[in-house]
Amino acid sequence: MVDVTPADAIPPAEVGEVELYHPHSWWTKYVFSQDAKVIAVQYSATATAIGLVALVLSWLMRLQLGFPGTFDFITPEAYYQFITMHGMIMVIYLLTALFLGGFGNYLIPLMVGARDMVFPYVNMLSYWVYLLAVLVLVSSFFAPGGPTGAGWTLYPPQAIMSGTPGGQDWGIILMLSSLILFIVGFTMGGLNYVVTVLQGRTRGMTLMRLPLTVWGIFTATVMALLAFPALFVACVMMLLDRVLGTSFFMPAIVEMGAQLQHNGGSPILFQHLFWFFGHPEVYIVALPAFGIVSDLISTHARKNIFGYRMMVWAILAIGALSFVVWAHHMYVSGMNPYFGFFFATTTLIIAVPTAIKVYNWVLTLWRGDIHLTLPMLFALAFIVTFVNGGLTGLFLGNVVVDVPLSDTMFVVAHFHMVMGVAPILVIFGAIYHWYPKVTGRMLDETLGKFHFWVTFVGAYLIFFPMHYLGLMGVPRRYAELTDMTIMTESARHLNSFISIMAFTVGFAQMVFLFNLIWSIRHGRGAGGNPWRATTLEWQTPQTPPAHGNFGKELPIVYRWAYDYSVPGAKEDFIPQNVPGDFAPSREPA
Amino acid sequence: MAVVLVLVLIVVGSVLFHFLSPWWWTPIASNWDYIDHTIIISFWITGIVFAAVVLFMAYCVFRFRHREGNRATYEPENKRLESWLMIVTAFGVTALLVPGLFVWSRFVTVPSDATEIEVVAQQWQWSFRLPGKDGKLGTSDTRDVTADNPLGVAPKDPNGQDDVLVEAADLHLPVGKPVKVLLRSIDVLHDFYIPEFRAKMDMIPGSVTYFWFTPIRTGTFQVLCAELCGQGHPLMHGVVVVDTEQDYLAWLGQQQTFAQLSAPPQSGSANQPPGKIIASSLGVAANSKLSRSAQ
Amino acid sequence: MSVILVFLLVIAGFAGWWLSHQRLTAKPWLEQGLAGDFVGFDRSALPTAKIGLGVFLAVVGCLFSLFTSAYFMRMGLPDWQPLPLPRLLWLNTGVLVLSSVALQCAVVAARKGQIDNVRLGLATAGFTTLAFLVGQLMAWRQLTGDGYLLASNPANSFFYLITGMHGLHIFGGLVGLGRTSIGAWNGARPERLRLSVELCAMYWHFLLFVWLCIFALLAGWAATFIDICQRLLT
Ligand code: HEM
Ligand SMILES: [Cu+2]
Ligand SMILES: [Cu+2]
Repeated sequence: MVDVTPADAIPPAEVGEVELYHPHSWWTKYVFSQDAKVIAVQYSATATAIGLVALVLSWLMRLQLGFPGTFDFITPEAYYQFITMHGMIMVIYLLTALFLGGFGNYLIPLMVGARDMVFPYVNMLSYWVYLLAVLVLVSSFFAPGGPTGAGWTLYPPQAIMSGTPGGQDWGIILMLSSLILFIVGFTMGGLNYVVTVLQGRTRGMTLMRLPLTVWGIFTATVMALLAFPALFVACVMMLLDRVLGTSFFMPAIVEMGAQLQHNGGSPILFQHLFWFFGHPEVYIVALPAFGIVSDLISTHARKNIFGYRMMVWAILAIGALSFVVWAHHMYVSGMNPYFGFFFATTTLIIAVPTAIKVYNWVLTLWRGDIHLTLPMLFALAFIVTFVNGGLTGLFLGNVVVDVPLSDTMFVVAHFHMVMGVAPILVIFGAIYHWYPKVTGRMLDETLGKFHFWVTFVGAYLIFFPMHYLGLMGVPRRYAELTDMTIMTESARHLNSFISIMAFTVGFAQMVFLFNLIWSIRHGRGAGGNPWRATTLEWQTPQTPPAHGNFGKELPIVYRWAYDYSVPGAKEDFIPQNVPGDFAPSREPA
Repeated sequence: MAVVLVLVLIVVGSVLFHFLSPWWWTPIASNWDYIDHTIIISFWITGIVFAAVVLFMAYCVFRFRHREGNRATYEPENKRLESWLMIVTAFGVTALLVPGLFVWSRFVTVPSDATEIEVVAQQWQWSFRLPGKDGKLGTSDTRDVTADNPLGVAPKDPNGQDDVLVEAADLHLPVGKPVKVLLRSIDVLHDFYIPEFRAKMDMIPGSVTYFWFTPIRTGTFQVLCAELCGQGHPLMHGVVVVDTEQDYLAWLGQQQTFAQLSAPPQSGSANQPPGKIIASSLGVAANSKLSRSAQ
Repeated sequence: MSVILVFLLVIAGFAGWWLSHQRLTAKPWLEQGLAGDFVGFDRSALPTAKIGLGVFLAVVGCLFSLFTSAYFMRMGLPDWQPLPLPRLLWLNTGVLVLSSVALQCAVVAARKGQIDNVRLGLATAGFTTLAFLVGQLMAWRQLTGDGYLLASNPANSFFYLITGMHGLHIFGGLVGLGRTSIGAWNGARPERLRLSVELCAMYWHFLLFVWLCIFALLAGWAATFIDICQRLLT
């Protein structure tokens, strides 16, 4: 047992020179603000807005797939534009931006006990560059030729050829430029998130006292900083191929009977670069979700997260390993087939730390005191969908099983389950959980329940049966499923059913949006700590937290983030900044 | 409490769906039933894990849901339990991986008696090339593609002269003979995929990729393109017919060789300009592209 | 992709070293209170800005490692024809070394509080850096003049791409150097000035290092070196 310094012997917590920036006008307070909380809301709002576009696009695609031939305006060209924009927006501009730019900005300073991010100005720039990236992306809808239809993977050569929508028009150029901007903007923000965790922690906040949310976002950001350059390189090189006629990725090609100027380039090189970013990207989205869901479960089950140390190690292990599995997306790409042995092995090894995280979430429920609040419900739903999607990942990672399944609807079902539905459910849970802190009011419970049930059950019904279409051999990215011998009549009915579920789920999101806006004014007052949680963001003197977060003095941290239901303590939670020794006298068996 | 019910229903429903629904893979027509077996193993292992985790969770929610006066136990970790779970998981993962890698090594080892055939993809149609009497395919290069030589067979290579070309038409294969399929593209990425054969592989312009299989039953199978290749991608179908030996030889006898096709004056209908076939099915969209690229 | 993997291994080494000092095996639920021996774990004694720059340089290093990886992969393909490097690059290298040295002198001067020497160092660094950028542009012109156009061969494309990227980073550094100089002439607080001069120097040294690697790469020595290593190993 470690010695405890009496509380009054501790010097004030104000450490180092904190150069807190102060807004002087309405503009600098709400628009060009350098306060991480405002930036977080800006990021979240922008990501949600562009995410809605992606949602509408998914309906249009489902209209076409579920009721082929009914909607003339969805030509194959349009379908591919929808698919590309939908995929890219969802993965990059919604999930990455929301988890890191939104949650990262809001939660990191509050949770580590800092007044703000360490480089607030750069943080502000980050948002504006992100907004610019989104605008450039959106502008491609209005550009001549429309947005690119190359698929979110943007594989050359087709991405920059005329057989693909936007390939020889503006679409691909705008897409690449937007991505480059996004990466630049993200790097600015990412530096902040990382360095704030390193340097901004308040006294007593050792690494092992960090809530898992911070661990998840921190590790994901480190990964993103190292992975996005690969996408950057790929984008720049493709842009040169497209605009200046170089041949990084472009081999000799005959297009519509005419020889193109390019010569000798390697499409596989692009795929390596893309997936060197693309695979870590999956975990960049997943790790924050892992972290957040750990905290949701722990708080709402009134029990410490089971196996905290293992959880931290697993996050680190997953982060490191995810850089050596990228080529599992390329088993049938025609690369050297012997790579398959290596990448299948590394891929399946990642399953072990991931599985451990799942066990620990479930074991946290064991002998807990489970409050079935909305955040808890979403957390449970996350576990179901994540386990489902993770397990089908074992199919696709196992190189030979991937051969029949790759590029089929099985893949679509898998990645929607694991990186679409699962993280989105965490986002919802997190919003229900932290909305009271951001606005001071609770979200409406009845609307929330409706939203939860329709989203969870609906999404499962969309994506679970879809696996079996893939097993039949239905390829992905097919704008039309006509004239296919494998498409039975019943499979067409299944497709219509999936589409109807997709509209239903989409509708539930409108209810959620309504709830978000309505509750700002009409929600029940929340108080400072409605969930009786231990972490620092709930201990701020004001709710919503004022500028500078913590009033005069920064909190001092005396314990880890999970002191729930400590034997001998009066309450079933002890906030991190409460001194005193309530430790159980023995190490539990 | 509704959650508990739904969690149980999800498990039961998913399992029932798996066994009762009509949607399942197509009857296999190649030697790759190994892959099917690996998939079955995977279904069993992952299915058990899924059911176990979700049912356990349902039980926890049922048993430990909040009631007045409840208090959670304080249990930071349990080394033994965690180690056991880790070991069991590692074991399960190995049980998936080992058969998988074993089958993969068969997949990448082409038997020496396999006949080489070539599939050439272009936006958006399939062509094929079979070795002639000499049993060898001539070399090829995208730079050699012209209107008269749409597959880019090297005109100077003597091995290529007797190659049999099947342009934008059906491919026939004899049943029971292993084939090594060489894959080539003259424009963008495509992927030669026949669901009944289970195997697939991308074709990359500028290189030659391959896979092998043995057709085990006769029949007509549809080729699908499984790599996005532009707007004609979903219509890029082809046909492979697996014949008995006799039927195959009869079909082969009617095909023309490279030398015959490139000898002036042209006979036969095989030298359509690339893109024409798809142009008709894609209608206006492709036509406008065609006219643009023709300018 | 081996270059980037090696680079990440180095990063992982740093991260692992740092983490190993963070008591990741401690059992946090047994450690209540603000025990004296935790204080050292709160944060690093280095200034935050330096750590920020360090993280940023890791990202920059990652970027150039990826370009290098791509370079090696593309180089293996048959249409690659190395281009002759202009002699001028040697001179440019010298100039860049000079600016790094100048900044180092500025750092020393700043530590001693000799504001005049700081100014001298900053000015020298600024001018030599500009000279470097102009020199690079002249090297580009010389190459295009000799017919080594951007799109005519992948070796050329990579040359322009990588040197361009490096130049852009230098250019960005000039903005920081400019701000530091303004501070130096307008009487910024000594400790602030020292920090910004140190940051500039750190950035310049790193970009000099990157440049030396790029130079070796473009000149073909890197490939030869790897060749020799491979031969020694087998
Ligand atoms: C109810 C919600 C959603 C529906 C109905 C939906 C529907 C679809 C559909 C129909 C496709 C095209 C499948 C194909 O033809 O190959 C697709 C592709 C995709 N979706 Fe979603 N989606 C949803 C949510 C998400 C989310 C949350 C993500 C975030 C990760 C996501 C990421 C993607 C990606 C990356 C693609 C692939 C695009 C491509 O192939 O280039 N989707 N989605
Ligand atoms: Cu992956
Ligand atoms: Cu295709």
